[in-house]
Amino acid sequence: MNKPKTSFKKAVVFYLAGQVIGLIFGVLIQVMVTNTFEPKYFWDLASWLLGVLLSLLGFFYGLVGYYGIVKGLIYQVIGTLFFASLTTAIRWMAGMEPFDMNTFIFTESAWVTGALGGSIAFLAGVGALSDWFKWAKGEKTEDHRHDLKGYIKYFGVSLDHKVIGIQYTVTSLLLLSTGGLFALIFRIELSAPGLQIMDTQIYNSLMGLHGIIMIVSILLGISGVINYLVPMLIGAQDMAFPRLNAFSFWVAVPAAVLLLSSLALGGFDTGWTGYPPLSTRAPLGMSMFFVGIWVAGWSSILGALNLIVTVLRLRAKNMTAFKLPIFVWAAISTSIITLTATQMIGLSFQLVVFERILGMPFFDPAKGGNPILFQHLFWFYSHPVVYVFILPGLGIISELLPVFVRKPLFGYKWVAMSSLGIALVGFLVWAHHMFASGMNEYLRVPFMYSTLLVAVPTGVKFFSWVATLYQGKIPREIPTPMLFVMGGIVVFLLGGLTGPPNATVSTDLHLTDTYFIVGHFHDTMFGGYIFPFFASLYYWFPKATGKKLNERLGKWHFWLMTPSFLILTLFMMRVGLLGMRRRIADYDPLLQFDFWQLSMTISAYLIATAVIIFIINVIITVRGPQNATGNVWRSRSPEWQVPSPMPAHNYDHQFQVVGEPYDYGLEGSKYVEFMVDDEVKNG
Amino acid sequence: MQNKKHLIIISVLILILSGLVYYGLLASNLFPTQAANQAIPIDWLFDLELKLIAFFFSVIMVPMVYSLVVFRKSDDDQSDGPHMEGNTTLEIVWTVIPLIIVIILGIIGADNLKQVLAVDPQANEIKVVGFQWGWRFEYPQGFVSNELYLPIDQQTVLKMESSDVIHSFWVPEFRIKKDVLPGQITEYRVTPNLLGSYVVSCAELCGSKHAYMLGNIHVVSENEYTTWVDDQVKLAKEIELASLGKPDSGRGKQLYETAGCKACHSNNGSKGTGPTWSGLFGQEVTLADGSVVVADEQYLFNSIKQPALQTVEGYPSNAMPDFSYLKDGQINDLIEYIKTLE
Repeated sequence: MNKPKTSFKKAVVFYLAGQVIGLIFGVLIQVMVTNTFEPKYFWDLASWLLGVLLSLLGFFYGLVGYYGIVKGLIYQVIGTLFFASLTTAIRWMAGMEPFDMNTFIFTESAWVTGALGGSIAFLAGVGALSDWFKWAKGEKTEDHRHDLKGYIKYFGVSLDHKVIGIQYTVTSLLLLSTGGLFALIFRIELSAPGLQIMDTQIYNSLMGLHGIIMIVSILLGISGVINYLVPMLIGAQDMAFPRLNAFSFWVAVPAAVLLLSSLALGGFDTGWTGYPPLSTRAPLGMSMFFVGIWVAGWSSILGALNLIVTVLRLRAKNMTAFKLPIFVWAAISTSIITLTATQMIGLSFQLVVFERILGMPFFDPAKGGNPILFQHLFWFYSHPVVYVFILPGLGIISELLPVFVRKPLFGYKWVAMSSLGIALVGFLVWAHHMFASGMNEYLRVPFMYSTLLVAVPTGVKFFSWVATLYQGKIPREIPTPMLFVMGGIVVFLLGGLTGPPNATVSTDLHLTDTYFIVGHFHDTMFGGYIFPFFASLYYWFPKATGKKLNERLGKWHFWLMTPSFLILTLFMMRVGLLGMRRRIADYDPLLQFDFWQLSMTISAYLIATAVIIFIINVIITVRGPQNATGNVWRSRSPEWQVPSPMPAHNYDHQFQVVGEPYDYGLEGSKYVEFMVDDEVKNG
Repeated sequence: MQNKKHLIIISVLILILSGLVYYGLLASNLFPTQAANQAIPIDWLFDLELKLIAFFFSVIMVPMVYSLVVFRKSDDDQSDGPHMEGNTTLEIVWTVIPLIIVIILGIIGADNLKQVLAVDPQANEIKVVGFQWGWRFEYPQGFVSNELYLPIDQQTVLKMESSDVIHSFWVPEFRIKKDVLPGQITEYRVTPNLLGSYVVSCAELCGSKHAYMLGNIHVVSENEYTTWVDDQVKLAKEIELASLGKPDSGRGKQLYETAGCKACHSNNGSKGTGPTWSGLFGQEVTLADGSVVVADEQYLFNSIKQPALQTVEGYPSNAMPDFSYLKDGQINDLIEYIKTLE
C-alpha cells in the first residue's frame, strides 16, 4: 500500500483546523436546536467536543493519511448517522415521532442503533473485518502480513501481537491521561467548599467519566501487557488467533469514542455504576455510556478467549503447568474471569437501555420491577473485574522480584495457585457492594465470609514476596522497575488491609459510599495495577525497543508519585471516616475538611507531574540510541535470551524447557535451551 | 545462626511497629463522636480491626524493609542469592493461620451485626421519605416535619421509602447507613444515646443536588420530645385551618422549598423537569393530548393531587412524585405562592 505524504507538522495544522471547524459547526448546531443564539455557545462543552473529534481526526489524518484509525473514525461517524437515520425512517413509517429535539435531533433509540451500527462501521473502516469477509467469500489471505514500516503500522490493523500490545498500551496511557485530566479538573472544584468552577451536573459527568475511563484504561493496559508478553514467555510466534487479537484491540476504540461522546450528549449523573432508577431517567449521555461499555466488553471477552487458547495450545516443549512463568498463571486466571463474567455488565446495562427505549420495566417498582436486581447483576461482574485489574499486576511483581534479588520466587506453586484461588473466590463476594442496599439482612453474612476469605490467597502472595526478598541480593542502587515493584507491594498492602473493615457488615455500614471506599480502591488499583504497570514498562522497554529508559527520570517519577499518592489515599480515607460521602461536588464547610481536600488536590497534581516526567522519558529515550540490546536484567526468562528489539517472529529457533523458571542460585541451571536444529516454521 | 538472629530482630521490630501504628491510629481521632447504641459494637469491631491492620502491616513491612537494608549487596557482587525455592510447612502455616483468623473475624462480624440489628418491639416508629433533594419525616401522630426529632435512649425505627430514585440515609455519628428505595420500605433502627444535633446526608448518588441532600436531626430528652410532638400536632392543625380560610403565599413558598417542588419547577422561568411556575397562574397551557386549558386554581389543585391526569405537552408524563399527602390547605398555600410569581 502506498504510504501517503504525511508529517507531524501537517498533523498539527489539521488538528487546529479541525478544532476551528468543529467549533463553528458546534455553535451552529446549538443555535439550530435551541432556536436562540447566546455567546456562551462559544465556550459550551457541547460545541467544543465536536471540535475535539474533528481535530483528533485531523491530527491522525496528518500523521497517517486516509488509513486505519482515520478511515475507521470516518466510517463510524457515517455509520452512526446512517443507522440513526434508518431507525428514524422506520419510526416515521410506523407512525411514531421520528425526531426528538430534547435528545439532540435523533430519538434515543436512533442514537442507540446509530452507536452500535457506527461501532461495527468503525471496525469495517479500520480493516479489522476484511480478512473474515474474504474468507466468507472463499478467498485466501496471507497468514503473515508484512507490517508497514515506521510508526504508521500502529495506526491500522496489524496481526503482530507485539504491535497490538503496543497499540493497547499507548491507547491505555492516552485514556489514563484523559481520565486523569478529568480528575485534575474536578479536584480543583473539591479543594474548597462551595461551587467555584462548575455546576453539579458537569461535576457528576466528569466524575463518572473519570471512573469509567480509568477502568477501560486498566482493561486495555492489562491486555497490552498480556498480549505483548505471553507469546514470548511461552515460546510462541504469536497469539493463537491474530485476527481476533487485532479485532479485540480495535473494538475498544469506537467504544472509547462512545464513552467520550456522552459528555457532548447531555452527560450522565449516576457515576460509572449506573444504578436505576436514576439511570433510567438520566440524559442521553447515559445510553452512550451503556452502549460504549457493551461494545468494549467484546474486547475483554474475545481477548480472554484468545489468551486461554494460546496458553493451552502454543507452549514450548516441556513447558508443563508448573514450569510456566508466573505471569502466565496470572494471565490465565485473569482471562478465566474476563471470559465468563463480562457478559453480566453488558446484560445489566442492556436491560437499562431496554427500559429506557422500549419501556421494559425491569427495575421500575411501579411496574413490577426491582432496582436491587440491577445491583446484583451489575456487581456479579463488577466485583470479579477488580481481580482482573490486579491479578496481572501482582503477577508482574512475582515475575520481576526474583530477577532483581537473584533468588527463586518463594513457593512458586502456591503463588500460581493463589491467582486461581483469588479468581475463584472473587466470584462469590459481589453483594459486599450492596450491604446498605436493602438486600436481605442476614444474606449479607455469607458474603462477609467469602469476602474475608479472599485475604487468604492474597496473603500467600504477600508472604511469598517477603520470603523472596529475605536474604536476597538487593542491588545497591535499586533500579526503577524494582522501585515500582516495591511501591506496588506497599500500596497494595494498604489497599488490602483496608479490606476487612469493608468486609464486616456492621463496620461497612459506616464506610460504604464514603471517601474511605474511594481511598481503598485507589490504593488497590494503584498497588495492583498502576505501579506494576509502570514497573513492566520500565522493565520491558528495552525488550521492545533496544533502549533503556533513563534511570534518573525514572527515579524522579517514582519518588514524586509515591509519597503524593500515599498522602492522597490516606487523606481520602480520613475524610471518609469523618463523614465525607462519595460522589459529591461540594461538602459542608462545617466538616472542616479544607486542609485535607486541598492537600489531596495538590497530591493529584504532583502525581500528574510524575506521569508527565515518565512521558518525557519515553520521548527522549525513543529518540535516543539503541544501547540496551542484550539481557539487561540478567533474566532467565526466554524472551531475554534473544537480542532486543524482539525479532519479528519472536524466536528463530524454538526452545525447550530444561529447568525451573526461577532457579537463581542453582549453579549451572538453565530454564530454556534453544533447539538449533528446529527452525520455526513460517505458517 | 545468622538466620535466627535476623528472625529475632524482625519479630521484635514487628511488635514495636504494630504498637506504634495502632496507637498512632488511635491518637488520630479517626471517628466522629459516637451518638447511638448501634455505634458501640461497630466501634468495638473497628478497634479490633485497627489492631489487626497494625499487626499485619508490620508483619509485611518490617521483613521487607529489613531485607532491603540488611541484605543490600555491593556493586561488584554479581552472584545469585541462596536457592530457597520454598518451604511447604511455612506455606501451610501462613495459609491456615490467616484462614482461621478470617473465620473467627467472620463469626465476630456476624455477631456484631446481630447486635446492631437488635429489635426493640416497642420502638418508636417514624416514616421517612427521601426525595430529590431533601428529607421528609412523617410522624404517626399526623404531622409532617422537615427536621427529625428523636427521643434519647429509646429505639426508633425509621421506615423509609423514596419517591423517585435510590437515596441513602446516613448519620456518621450513628454509623449505620441504609438505602432508601422506591416502591419498597427499608428499616433503620437507631437508639440515640447522646443529646445534640446531627446531620443526615444522602449517601447514594441521586442526581444533580445529591451533595446538598441534607437534613437536621435533633436528639432530645423524652419530655422535650413529647412536648415537641404535641406542639407539632397543634401547629399542623392551626395552619391547616388558617390555610383553608386564607391561603398564605409565604407558607406556600416554604412548602415549595421543603416539600421538593423546586427540584423540578423553577420559579424564575428556567427550564426544568417540570413546567416553570413563573407566570403560570392564569396562563393558557397546552396539554399532551393537544387540548388547551387555563391554569386556574382548580387546574393547579388537580395537578398537584393527581398529576398523571393532565400532563403538559413536552414534559415527561410520570416524572412527578406523589404529593397526595399534602393537605388541602397546604395546596392552597402553594397556589397562592404561584400567583405571586410573575
